[in-house]
Amino acid sequence: MTPAPDRDHALHLLREMTRIRRFEEACAELCSATKIRGFLHLHIGEEAVATGAMQSLGDDDAVVATYREHGHALVRGLPPRELMAEMLGRVEGCCHGHGGSMHVFDASRRFYGGNAIVGGGLPLAVGLALADQMSDRTDRVTACFFGAGAIAEGELHESIDLAALWRLPVLFVCESNRCATSTALERSASETDLPVKAASHELPAWHADGMDVLAVEQAVRRAAGMVRGGEGPVLVELRTYRFRASTYDPCLHRSEEVARWRERDPLVTFPAWLRSQGWLDDDALNGIEERVAAEVADAIAFAEAGTPEPVTELERFVYAWEDG
Amino acid sequence: MSAAAPGRRLTYREALREALREALAADERVFVIGEDVRAYGGSSGVSRDLLAELGPERIRVTPLSESAFVGAGIGAALGGMRPIVEVTTVDFSLRALDQLVNHAAAIRHMSGGQFAVPLVVRMTTGAGRQLAARHAHSLEHWYARVPGLKVLAPATLDDARGMLAPALADPNPVLIFEHGSLYRMEGALADPPPDVATTGAAVRRSGDDVTLVAYGGSLPKALAAADALAAEGVDAEVLDLRALRPLDVDAVLASVARTHRVVVVDEAWRTGSLAGEIVALVAERALYDLDAPPERVCSAEVPIPYAKHLEDAALPSVEGVVAAARRTVGRA
Repeated sequence: MTPAPDRDHALHLLREMTRIRRFEEACAELCSATKIRGFLHLHIGEEAVATGAMQSLGDDDAVVATYREHGHALVRGLPPRELMAEMLGRVEGCCHGHGGSMHVFDASRRFYGGNAIVGGGLPLAVGLALADQMSDRTDRVTACFFGAGAIAEGELHESIDLAALWRLPVLFVCESNRCATSTALERSASETDLPVKAASHELPAWHADGMDVLAVEQAVRRAAGMVRGGEGPVLVELRTYRFRASTYDPCLHRSEEVARWRERDPLVTFPAWLRSQGWLDDDALNGIEERVAAEVADAIAFAEAGTPEPVTELERFVYAWEDG
Repeated sequence: MSAAAPGRRLTYREALREALREALAADERVFVIGEDVRAYGGSSGVSRDLLAELGPERIRVTPLSESAFVGAGIGAALGGMRPIVEVTTVDFSLRALDQLVNHAAAIRHMSGGQFAVPLVVRMTTGAGRQLAARHAHSLEHWYARVPGLKVLAPATLDDARGMLAPALADPNPVLIFEHGSLYRMEGALADPPPDVATTGAAVRRSGDDVTLVAYGGSLPKALAAADALAAEGVDAEVLDLRALRPLDVDAVLASVARTHRVVVVDEAWRTGSLAGEIVALVAERALYDLDAPPERVCSAEVPIPYAKHLEDAALPSVEGVVAAARRTVGRA
């Protein structure tokens, strides 16, 4: 475990990870209760990735995420109420209920989705970074998250090549849970080490332990610093694991694997480390849990009390008009 | 374009280039991005000379990676720029279909109106140059059925010169389809060039007996057919759709209400074509105006072949349009 900068920051990381976990556990229940419909892709097990990676991003930076983006949106600052209302399809949701779980957008926080096409966000991130470069906004970074499945998409190679060619300020973050939907990476890629693949694009790339929030933060901070310093794009592969099924249920085939990774659950190992530092005790942990539970309960109550968008508004927002 | 019209003489390609040059000069957020825009001025030659004038930042040549550079255009538009993406042909744009349909078209609605995508994508479409089945199809109607996109088909010098500026001013993604057979078309352009809208069909020739609906590369064929029909005493009206989305349905219905007969000329395959959509709209809303069954003149349902005689046979022809119009007036 990498040394933490200070106690307050470390406890902030724990609060963020705890909030994602409890929020998503509630989502899973709401899904079972058929209040959340459609596909629900959970970040559970991977909380260290969104939490650690987002620490080096500022308000002016942009984030492009995947369909497993609830955690990223929460850490980015999207209020849990707006996120939960979106998942329940309410007009109070951040996207008026048009997007749902997989398509969370927040313009005010430069959060460009929530993207349910694997690899689809990569070219967008290149373009956002191009706009910054062409506008001399040299202090900005566009962070583009993508999963292990995107490694097989041509768009990954097209996008990192274009970003490297033009030295664009893109921070590519592979949230590699070693599973492309339901197929283990070893069965879906000839070369499973992404930094090795990226090397052919002249792109600095390294991996870090995606189950260790401090390691994630450190690896991404270093990369973000290089990108911000005008050194062009950098890629970081964060090796992690999701404990819940994706669209299908690969859990049936990986119960031993899940058990092995659960020993590395960031919501087990990080609190243990905090305790070893003398920074966390039962009271403090309970305090965090209680506050998070209240926040999640409030989000659910807000969402359930929300209203459906009037059907008369169905065709609004298909086109933008010059008068807004 | 009549040779007798006042103004300068130039080609469709030159009119497009002038529009690009003007747009780049007017707004520093505008830039051109695409394949071959550097060495050749794009495969169509439209952006030739612009690199020397504006430099590689504004005339930005890309690797042959349609999905990445079209998506980068979308991202740059989201980031405040006004990109003009050049895709070599509509056939190649299929490599970027995901970016155009799943992203550019959908982001605004699925985000609850939070984002706009002020993007222009130019591409060549259509056959007639013996380029065969991977450079010659008319697929613009695939895009014209996607909510969130706007689709233009300039068929005249005025539209080639004038549509770009309003397309760039539009906060929505606008696709401009340039038919490959039109680039060398020469004519006169008024000085200063006229302002044009990006909506609304235009009557290119007035007539009372039958409406010939066309767009893009089919417009010259429809006009030639109208001339041939005039010699036979059939007075054809030629309606240029100009915009394929939104479609100016009212203009079609208004013309059909006067002529009571309609022939749609469309270089796409007949099955699932825009011609089919127009005939359906006429059937739904103007069936009792019709004095004859509607006709469609489309491409044969084959991958467009290379050999000239086969390519010609596959495409709508002036003779085919004349024959269809004759049938509608009972002179078959």
